[in-house]
Amino acid sequence: MKNYDLVVVGGGPAGLGAAIKARENGIENILVLERDHELGGILNQCIHNGFGLHVFNEELTGPEYAEIFVEKLRESKIEYRTNTFVLNISNNKVLDIINDETGFEKIEAKAVILAMGCRERSRGALKIPGTRPSGVLTAGTAQRLVNINGYNVGKEIVILGSGDIGLIMARRLTLEGAKVKLVLEIMDKPSGLERNINQCLNDFDIPLRLSHTISDIKGNDRVESVVVAQVDENLNPIKSTEEEIKCDTLILSVGLIPENELSKSAGVLIDSKSNGPIVDENLETNVRGIFACGNVLHVHGLVDNVTKESYIAGEKAADYIKALA
Amino acid sequence: MIIEKTCIVCPIGCHLKIEKKQNSESGYEITGNNCPRGEKYALKEMINPERIVTSTIKIKDLKNLMLPVKTTDGIPKDKVLDFMKEVSNYEAIRPIKRGDIIIENIYGTGVNLVAAKTIN
Ligand SMILES: Cc1cc2nc3c(=O)[nH]c(=O)nc-3n(C[C@H](O)[C@H](O)[C@H](O)COP(=O)(O)OP(=O)(O)OC[C@H]3O[C@@H](n4cnc5c(N)ncnc54)[C@H](O)[C@@H]3O)c2cc1C
Ligand code: SF4
Repeated sequence: MKNYDLVVVGGGPAGLGAAIKARENGIENILVLERDHELGGILNQCIHNGFGLHVFNEELTGPEYAEIFVEKLRESKIEYRTNTFVLNISNNKVLDIINDETGFEKIEAKAVILAMGCRERSRGALKIPGTRPSGVLTAGTAQRLVNINGYNVGKEIVILGSGDIGLIMARRLTLEGAKVKLVLEIMDKPSGLERNINQCLNDFDIPLRLSHTISDIKGNDRVESVVVAQVDENLNPIKSTEEEIKCDTLILSVGLIPENELSKSAGVLIDSKSNGPIVDENLETNVRGIFACGNVLHVHGLVDNVTKESYIAGEKAADYIKALA
Repeated sequence: MIIEKTCIVCPIGCHLKIEKKQNSESGYEITGNNCPRGEKYALKEMINPERIVTSTIKIKDLKNLMLPVKTTDGIPKDKVLDFMKEVSNYEAIRPIKRGDIIIENIYGTGVNLVAAKTIN
């Protein structure tokens, strides 16, 4: 079994920052594991600008922000593996990993940093009634398909939820020639940044309806329409306000949840409010030597804050490893 | 008349109040901004609004993988949709380095469209 001082799970900004910081603090034997074909995490699909105002004092796009950290990682000669999925972590820090080419392997670490990011809530988590035609997708999936793969996701679009990713996608799809008919938010105020309401919706006259939700989805193979309704104080749709709106695509932008299946496998305790691991001021979990940072801990609005947090995790993990020797 | 706008320059999103004032140097009085960038933005919005454009273009000989691109500064807001059409005709040829210029001096603004990612 291969041994490392530090294994970082996840090659997004959190994992990259933590690995770089641990190296700066004298840890030689580090491995970063990433399931995707490239490092950078979710930033690769966030092609809009607004990243790095605090860390770099300039406004970068997601891919640029990621690339700067990937370059640093390479300069620091930190080992990393892409296309490598971590299946399980035991409480004595043995990781089960699987790679497309090299297959299954077990590796052992003195310390582990959890940096798996978050995933999106999907329709299942939402319980919208109606048929299950194609053309219903999450904002993050739409972002990936459009920005990385260059696919066209639809022509007439309704967005449910006013989270930032949904707002950013409203603008993006409009610029790509689609018609974004409406953005709906069940609460009485938008959940995304006002800046994004202004530059993503107002700039293109896309209407935002607050206290509204979708009460039905219609269509057989493909979405044909959605039924939009105002909600009462208990957030239940009011039947008399229902209105059918034609569209071929429904995008869900209804929030992110930290990705913690792996953390649980290691015996890490999860906070029921944040859905992230319970950590102390050193970002260490209840399992000694297992640390966490970034969106796996709680959902961060600003990547700059993810980076700052990752530096703390990297430094504290380095202290832990050095104290073992 | 007071115009209200949310500043889009940074994620704080200050609530700007913009009022026409003949006797001020710029012709407007701006309040609500936390920093000077907000004032600059508000004035631009009144006189010649600009937007940074980010998009993707195709990469020659690569399927299912797009190159992210961005303008190095704002271009006139009313030209954004036309510009997007023009951008969609471009195709990048590897190797591509972050910062490589794709379109130079857009509409004579001095602003360039550049690659936002390195792809070998
Ligand atoms: C769909 C989506 C869109 C977003 N858009 C924006 C935006 O537009 N603007 C903004 O400011 N913020 C956005 N965010 C927030 C953004 O995620 C954070 O700012 C930041 O990127 C979080 O960094 P991270 O490293 O914690 O997570 P991520 O960037 O998500 O990185 C986590 C990495 O861990 C990897 N991973 C997970 N599980 C495993 C495993 N078992 N084995 C191996 N690797 C694994 C993942 O593949 C991923 O690369 C978005 C988030 C999501 C989910
Ligand atoms: S005024 Fe300054 S601090 Fe306020 S949103 Fe604009 S740039 Fe940010």
